[in-house]
Amino acid sequence: MIGGLFIYNHKGEVLISRVYRDDIGRNAVDAFRVNVIHARQQVRSPVTNIARTSFFHVKRANIWLAAVTKQNVNAAMVFEFLYKMCDVMTAYFGKISEENIKNNFVLIYELLDEILDFGYPQNSETGALKTFITQQGIKGQHQTKEEQSQITSQVTGQIGWRREGIKYRRNELFLDVLESVNLLMSPQGQVLSAHVSGRVVMKSYLSGMPECKFGMNDKIVIDKQGKGGTTDEAGKSELGGSSGKQSIAIDDCTFHQCVRLSKFDSERSISFIPPDGEYELMRYRTTKDIILPFRVIPLVREVGRTKLEVKVVIKSNFKPSLLAQKIEVRIPTPLNTSGVQVICMKGKAKYKASENAIVWKIKRMAGMKESQISAEIELLPTNDKKKWARPPISMNFEVPFAPSGLKVRYLKVFESKLNYSDHDVIKWVRYIGRSGIYETRC
Amino acid sequence: MPAVSKGDGMRGLAVFISDIRNCKSKEAEIKRINKELANIRSKFKGDKALDGYSKKKYVCKLLFIFLLGHDIDFGHMEAVNLLSSNKYTEKQIGYLFISVLVNSNSDLIRLINNAIKNDLASRNPTFMNLALHCIANVGSREMAEAFAADVPRILVAGDTMDSVKQSAALCLLRLNRTSPDLVPMGEWTARVVHLLNDQHLGVVTAATSLITTLAQKNPDDFKTSVSLAVARLSRIVTSASTDLQDYTYYFVAAPWLSVKLLRLLQCYPPPEDAAIRGRLTECLETILNKAQEPPKSKKVQHSNAKNAVLFEAISLIIHHDSEPTLLVRACNQLGQFLQHRETNLRYLALESMCTLASSEFSHEAVKTHIETVINALKTERDVSVRQRAVDLLYAMCDRSNAKQIVAEMLSYLETADYSIREEIVLKVAILAEKYAVDYTWYVDTILNLIRIAGDYVSEEVWYRVIQIVINRDDVQGYAAKTVFEALQAPACHENLVKVGGYILGEFGNLIAGDPRSSPLVQFNLLHSKFHLCSVPTRALLLSAYIKFINLFPEVKGTIQEVLRSDSQLRNADVELQQRAVEYLRLSCVASTDILATVLEEMPPFPERESSILAKLKRKKGPGTVPDIEENRKERNANVNGGPNHTSATSNAKASPPSFVGDLLAPAPPPTNRPRPVSSASFLQNPLTPLPPQAYAIPLAASAGTFYQVAAPAAASSTDLLGLGSSTSLNSTPPAAAPPTAASLLVDVFSENSPPVSAPAHIAVPATAAPAADDNFSSITTKSFHVAESILADVQEPTDKFVCKNNGVLYENQLLQIGLKSEYRQNLGRMYVFFGNKTSTQFLNFASNVVCQDTLASQLNVHLKPVDPTVDGGAQLQQIINIECVSDFVEAPVLNIQFRYGGTLQNIAVKLPITLNKFFQPTEMMSQDFFQRWKQLSAPQQEVQKIFKAKHSMDTEVTKAKIIGFGVALLDGVDPNPSNFVGAGVIHTKTTQVGCLLRLEPNMQAQMYRLTLRTSRDTVSQRLCDLLSDQF
Repeated sequence: MIGGLFIYNHKGEVLISRVYRDDIGRNAVDAFRVNVIHARQQVRSPVTNIARTSFFHVKRANIWLAAVTKQNVNAAMVFEFLYKMCDVMTAYFGKISEENIKNNFVLIYELLDEILDFGYPQNSETGALKTFITQQGIKGQHQTKEEQSQITSQVTGQIGWRREGIKYRRNELFLDVLESVNLLMSPQGQVLSAHVSGRVVMKSYLSGMPECKFGMNDKIVIDKQGKGGTTDEAGKSELGGSSGKQSIAIDDCTFHQCVRLSKFDSERSISFIPPDGEYELMRYRTTKDIILPFRVIPLVREVGRTKLEVKVVIKSNFKPSLLAQKIEVRIPTPLNTSGVQVICMKGKAKYKASENAIVWKIKRMAGMKESQISAEIELLPTNDKKKWARPPISMNFEVPFAPSGLKVRYLKVFESKLNYSDHDVIKWVRYIGRSGIYETRC
Repeated sequence: MPAVSKGDGMRGLAVFISDIRNCKSKEAEIKRINKELANIRSKFKGDKALDGYSKKKYVCKLLFIFLLGHDIDFGHMEAVNLLSSNKYTEKQIGYLFISVLVNSNSDLIRLINNAIKNDLASRNPTFMNLALHCIANVGSREMAEAFAADVPRILVAGDTMDSVKQSAALCLLRLNRTSPDLVPMGEWTARVVHLLNDQHLGVVTAATSLITTLAQKNPDDFKTSVSLAVARLSRIVTSASTDLQDYTYYFVAAPWLSVKLLRLLQCYPPPEDAAIRGRLTECLETILNKAQEPPKSKKVQHSNAKNAVLFEAISLIIHHDSEPTLLVRACNQLGQFLQHRETNLRYLALESMCTLASSEFSHEAVKTHIETVINALKTERDVSVRQRAVDLLYAMCDRSNAKQIVAEMLSYLETADYSIREEIVLKVAILAEKYAVDYTWYVDTILNLIRIAGDYVSEEVWYRVIQIVINRDDVQGYAAKTVFEALQAPACHENLVKVGGYILGEFGNLIAGDPRSSPLVQFNLLHSKFHLCSVPTRALLLSAYIKFINLFPEVKGTIQEVLRSDSQLRNADVELQQRAVEYLRLSCVASTDILATVLEEMPPFPERESSILAKLKRKKGPGTVPDIEENRKERNANVNGGPNHTSATSNAKASPPSFVGDLLAPAPPPTNRPRPVSSASFLQNPLTPLPPQAYAIPLAASAGTFYQVAAPAAASSTDLLGLGSSTSLNSTPPAAAPPTAASLLVDVFSENSPPVSAPAHIAVPATAAPAADDNFSSITTKSFHVAESILADVQEPTDKFVCKNNGVLYENQLLQIGLKSEYRQNLGRMYVFFGNKTSTQFLNFASNVVCQDTLASQLNVHLKPVDPTVDGGAQLQQIINIECVSDFVEAPVLNIQFRYGGTLQNIAVKLPITLNKFFQPTEMMSQDFFQRWKQLSAPQQEVQKIFKAKHSMDTEVTKAKIIGFGVALLDGVDPNPSNFVGAGVIHTKTTQVGCLLRLEPNMQAQMYRLTLRTSRDTVSQRLCDLLSDQF
């Protein structure tokens, strides 16, 4: 189990130090600083073992969060906890920065007391935590005894993530499908690797204890329904293939604790009692039939030892009615660049010496369009015989659809005790596709 | 950089550095640097030429970025351009960049060298200095090549400025260190010596460093420097501290120069000229006098500088070792330091005293400080100082104070740091042995040692006690009594049990008269420890028990009962089980006469160098102990009384190797017993009764190897083989062996060794020393020992190599020869590994291969030359290339010659190159085989041999042997599955010889029939001979 948790700033100074078990001594704090933060070689592994003590760390901006243990713990659990911890802190005071942590250190210690007990993770549901750990300390005094006991019974009860007796005048829910698409493409346009990792984030403002059911175009579910319950093998599976356009194959997924996993296992239906407010319902990953929103066509020509000509064409590959936003193409330049001239038809392009790259930004771009940039790069002859490694051209963007092809088919809400039905709930669905690591070799 | 910061301070650089320092994170820093690099690149690329200032600024920035750990791959040209600037600051930055960044194989080196040459030729001293510093900083071979001639010229030129001379001297020193071969010794060397007379002390200091280094290499060329150095030293020492202006450091006159001059003088023996000698003595006296004066300053720098000069003077005095008064004064001075507040001083004093103790003049003076040193041992906080104190005590020990020192060391041992315990144990053991007049004291001391620090007492220490007790009749009774008493302690160390078991087993009878230590009491006491001990100790105790049976017939029943118990007879450990079984039978079967002979008391050990001393030497590394060793030799005569082993030490050293291999070299645990081959069969069913003859073999053998603290390797093996090198051994007459045992014994070995002179064997336990193990086993595997100093008859090539390619070819106490070989078609390559088993170098090592008679035309053998020296413990590899021209019978002989400790050693071994090595296996089908078999039907082509199996007839082993022989083993060819059939082709340079073989085992008769058909009759015959010996 987790023996202790430390938070450091970028210099390695300890901002927060909470030790849960006696086997973690004071020197553990220094060991991590010396061996990881100030290590001569950059430490890439998120898990470091120093003198039989394991350090699991994540980095947020310039802040290091490190969980320490002497035992053989489940590393995935520790990282899950650290991510949760980041989420909780973000929910309480916004961005995780040195300043924010220093300003909120009392709150953080309070949180650490609550979400870890003797190193065992407890309730890390922001909504639930916010009911009894508040930023305005005075508010606690106004809580009646009844309310306090209600919190206790909720936190210790079966449905720890939702309290009873919530009432809204307008029952409303928001569903966001957020995806990031990752790609590595060869200069000839061959896809070397591609996957989409997505999240379904939900914001619910529903009264009572509603039972929800979420449906999407998961291939297995669609196939099952297509077969109509009967097992008619060969021909039907062909049929399933034809419906492949609408259905997607999900490689793996994880759910929020509120989802009934037994039901998912048996019927593959996602049903749950949602927490109040914002939370992440599920996470998933797909690797097949990905819609690549942009195609990058690079053209690099070396003219002698002192000049390089680069031409890059980008093509948008989605419905013309949709608009992509925040497009940014990053073209790496050789390390001995001494001057750059850029011409582009659309957007703005600039040579950023500090990043050794030409950055080309386009605000908006509709589907089925193309645009191009050309640059002349002057080089300084060096006595280094190494050839330039030609790092890939990377791209950032945001598109209003899900590149994996995921569609929300329904989200039904049932609340038997209160008198509102599925039709009364106002539902909003939004798709956002973002670029992850979207690279094309040149 | 004072010149840079003012006047034309580079603002851009300052801004850049402060930007970097203000960066919040590594990433931000990298971004800032990338930006700056891009800026500098565009500036360097720009069309308009940069002025000197901007060039300097950008080069400086690049340097800074490089020093932050980033790669810089441009700007070198600009830096080189800066070298030709006339401004000092620009030149300086240029040189700085080049000494930091330019590596020696850069193509710019020619330009740089040119710029340096120009600067060296200029009249400007600062430029010359910059150039010299650059040469010294880079110090590469190219630099040395280019300037090795110029630098000495500048150094000795009459018109060179002092500061330049200083730099030139240091630059030359550096070049001399990095590439000594390139710095020519010329006429300048004589003039360098005269720099010691220079007015400028800086020049003298630099020159002294240079001369010291040069004088260490060519002492003869710089002999004249001695008188100059003495003159200079006396001027410094006697001068009032004010006349040296800048070179007085905290009231000490030119301490660095003094130290260097004293170092220089240590390269030479005391000056012969009386005047110089007198002057030097005067100087040293003055330095010693000054140490007595009250300090002129309370500052630590003052005393440090003063003491530095003093300690260097003392090391010079010790180095000269010729002026008794000085030595004694030095010793007294160090004595004062022994109680000084400064830990460092105490440490240095103890260390210097250690060397002083070895001088004949100051030994007595050192001894007067014994109380202080002992006190230091007790009260000192710092472990390294305590360690020095132990060293000093060891060094100052002689017969007069041995008892006191040993007692102090023993009492210190109880609280000593774990890291130095083993060393102290060894030292106590050595001192106790060396200065023992009364051997009862020795025995007490060692038993105490084992009691106090049993874990740190190595095997050698207790081997040594036993050797001494056995060799000295007068202490045996006392030792038995003391051991008996020591064993009564409820918890005693295993080493004590070992010593106890051994001594009581030998001399228990001497104390048996006392009812308190009656035989039964002794036995019960030993046996009470039995179950707490490790297997080797238990094995030793079992041997002690059988000795008891001989000594005290009255306890025979009790002991037999113990041996018969299941925990012995059926012990999981095969060694214990075998001993129990054999001893039990021995005690039942043998008559008392035989028992008495077999189990007779151990004869005295041959005298030899103390193994403990060797161990201490090994532990400390060379150089720390030898002086004591020398002393010991010197004082040998008066220190030790009576006929003792110390005198034997020198003998052993002088007359080499036959014995010195001793306890140390192979050193297997003494209870590890050689196991004769034949006893294996006996072991398989230990509980079924066997005919007496069958019994007698293992019994005799085991009795022979009785305690296993037995038989120096060479001695036993030479005896066994009867090679007649009786020159070196048998200082003890062999015990009269009963004829039965002896003849049986021959049987054990006759299987594979040539006839043995019968009485030899019982002499083996008689010459008792450990480590017969590898010896015996190697005999049984038919590798033969050849005694050194005799050019032994060349032995048969060991047939163990017929079916395998790697292994140990030869081994004695000095040398081990290992082989690794590979063959392809008619070519072969053999790697011969010569392992030096001693700690001394082999000199003039040479080896050659002799192909006798016809063999020379049949086999080409070529040796790659090897290094003529083999370091102690090191291994030398030699490659032998072999080409088979045609088939052959004989084997080439490898002659090895080397010098070990002054004696020339000759060893000749047959190399196991046999015809079958050139086999290529051939797979073939059944019909093919029979078709070829029939083709080779001419009578002279077939050779058949029927012979008795020498080894057990295991199918898998036989298969492995046939494959190892080189042929392909063909399955399913012979209709009888238990027969083996093989085929292969022998490649020689001239021909290829096809070969088919068939081996038919007959299990009932334990016989084999081997049939070989090849296309050449000689090949058939040879192969048949080779292969038939393997089964």
